[in-house]
Amino acid sequence: MSHSPALTAERPAGPPLPKRPTSPAKRKQRRAAYLFLLPFFVVFLSMLVVPLVYAGYLSLFESKLIGGEVFAGLANYARALTDPAFLEGLGRVGLFFIIQVPIMLGLALFFALALDSARAHGSKGIRLLIYMPYAVPAVVATLMWGYLYGPDFGPIAQISRAVGLGTPDFLSPESILGSMMNIVTWEFVGYNMIIMYAALRSIPGELYEAAEIDGAGQFRLAWSVKIPAIRPALMLTLIFSVIGSFQLFAEPSLLNAIAPDAITNSFTPNYYAYNLAFINQELNFAAAIAFLLGIVIAIVSYFVQLGGERSERRERKLS
Amino acid sequence: MTSSVSPALVTPGDGGAAAAPGRSRSRYAPGKRRSILLTVLLWLCVLYFVLPLWWLFVSSTKNNSALFSTFGMWFGGDFSLWDNLQTLFTVRDGIFLRWMLNTFVYAFVSAAGATLLATMAGYSFAKYDFPGKKVLFSATLGAVMIPLTALALPTYLLFSQAGLTDTPWAVIIPSLVSPFGVYLMRVYAADAIPDGLIEAARVDGAGEFRIFWQVGLRLLGPGLVTVFLFSLVATWNNYFLPLIMLNSSSLYPITVGLAQLQSAASAGGGSQALFSTVITGSFVSILPLVIAFLFLQRYWQSGLASGGVKG
Repeated sequence: MSHSPALTAERPAGPPLPKRPTSPAKRKQRRAAYLFLLPFFVVFLSMLVVPLVYAGYLSLFESKLIGGEVFAGLANYARALTDPAFLEGLGRVGLFFIIQVPIMLGLALFFALALDSARAHGSKGIRLLIYMPYAVPAVVATLMWGYLYGPDFGPIAQISRAVGLGTPDFLSPESILGSMMNIVTWEFVGYNMIIMYAALRSIPGELYEAAEIDGAGQFRLAWSVKIPAIRPALMLTLIFSVIGSFQLFAEPSLLNAIAPDAITNSFTPNYYAYNLAFINQELNFAAAIAFLLGIVIAIVSYFVQLGGERSERRERKLS
Repeated sequence: MTSSVSPALVTPGDGGAAAAPGRSRSRYAPGKRRSILLTVLLWLCVLYFVLPLWWLFVSSTKNNSALFSTFGMWFGGDFSLWDNLQTLFTVRDGIFLRWMLNTFVYAFVSAAGATLLATMAGYSFAKYDFPGKKVLFSATLGAVMIPLTALALPTYLLFSQAGLTDTPWAVIIPSLVSPFGVYLMRVYAADAIPDGLIEAARVDGAGEFRIFWQVGLRLLGPGLVTVFLFSLVATWNNYFLPLIMLNSSSLYPITVGLAQLQSAASAGGGSQALFSTVITGSFVSILPLVIAFLFLQRYWQSGLASGGVKG
């Protein structure tokens, strides 16, 4: 079983009894267990598994003007993998992941550690205010930052002009990705901070005692006790960030309205798949794009996890 | 891959949920020296998170001409908040209110349903042994990583064949699946409900379902709130799913509605008055969740700490 030792320990140790006919009581419990699972798995199957299989199926067909739907094998995938629009979009979200996620998670970790150390005045207020943007939908956040970036009445441009720096252009093709990173960072630092902070608060006290005897300072404490102890939470935020950045949709689709030159219809793979499906009516190709994106996310998540586990093992060996 | 997630995420607790509320940091409280430097630094950082919201508030008090002519971060021109609100709630026969109500309904129904399903499944995973448990749980964990967009398109096609697109169900039903919620509830239930209590109830002759409703649910409170809030925010903020599923603007949630107002505002050169409406609408739309966060954040965090991602 892949879950925690705490759970497995609750069960009686030793080999399972090779008792073929289970007792009526056990059978009743088993039936209850399946009944509890049933509603979730009905929705799970119909809303996750069936659409996933259907997307895979769709992606293998091609719709021809004459003859309708024709089996096309992997042609859509071949087309996607040689489609510069898709590959550029993928590269863009890859870049987004490499640059934005470390900044966002780094800030979140810094805030979580700073608040956990309880050395700032008004910690509770700080925590709440940093968390607040998470309550703001991506749509509203993007609209808002779109106005803030605005060259005419955006306050950033106003201030910049007032101090004689001219009008910065946040919405040019060169800077739009950075502007988008800023929006996502603003939205999600607080969310990640709360996950990390919650994990920090539940570090068992014994872990601190040794460090206290050592007389470790705050930084040593953070580095060698706290961060290793919340590794699972850090991993969770990292995986969520992989998924989040590769799936970017609301931000590019809304910024498109105010910066049509900077945001192409294939700016992110997800936005591309949407445009292909609903504007170009190329459903089969869009399904292949969506499927490939899913595979990329799964691969990246896998390697992120692998990296995490490896460094954990290394650390164990060292200590 | 999927099965390797869980040991990394779930490490043994130390006494479990029961310990969470009472475990203040008193065990580790060296002289509590406050640092002025850290305080100043953190509050400066807070400005980055708060100033955009401040701008939104200030701007919603301005009329369209003041919006373009006065400094963004401070009040200027006439105080037009009431006028803006009046415009907002009367534009297109008061459709904004409709959007707010839609969002409320979609978010609450989805979150309640998702929480119930996730709780039952999580409880079952935590407290029963049955063949296929490992496979089913691994499938659930793996699903956390499925990109929603890979699903949105085929779901849309399936729903349109079933005649469900452009109905509230098209937004609610897909939002009922919360694999992460199942995962959280499993970890939480494993700690929060002692096996002995279940055994005792069985000895007393209580059926499995009665045990769940009367013993289980009562002990799962903070975990329930956490999963509920996660699902609520996810549905409340969702843009992609309603965007593709809904056609009639009377069914839109606030996110899709605002996006539509915005594109109308930036497209129509003559209808510039709409900018102040979009801004006021954005401001009003975030108020309910911001207020809910202020009141519920205690639960939010304790549920995460004890049930979710403890280190």
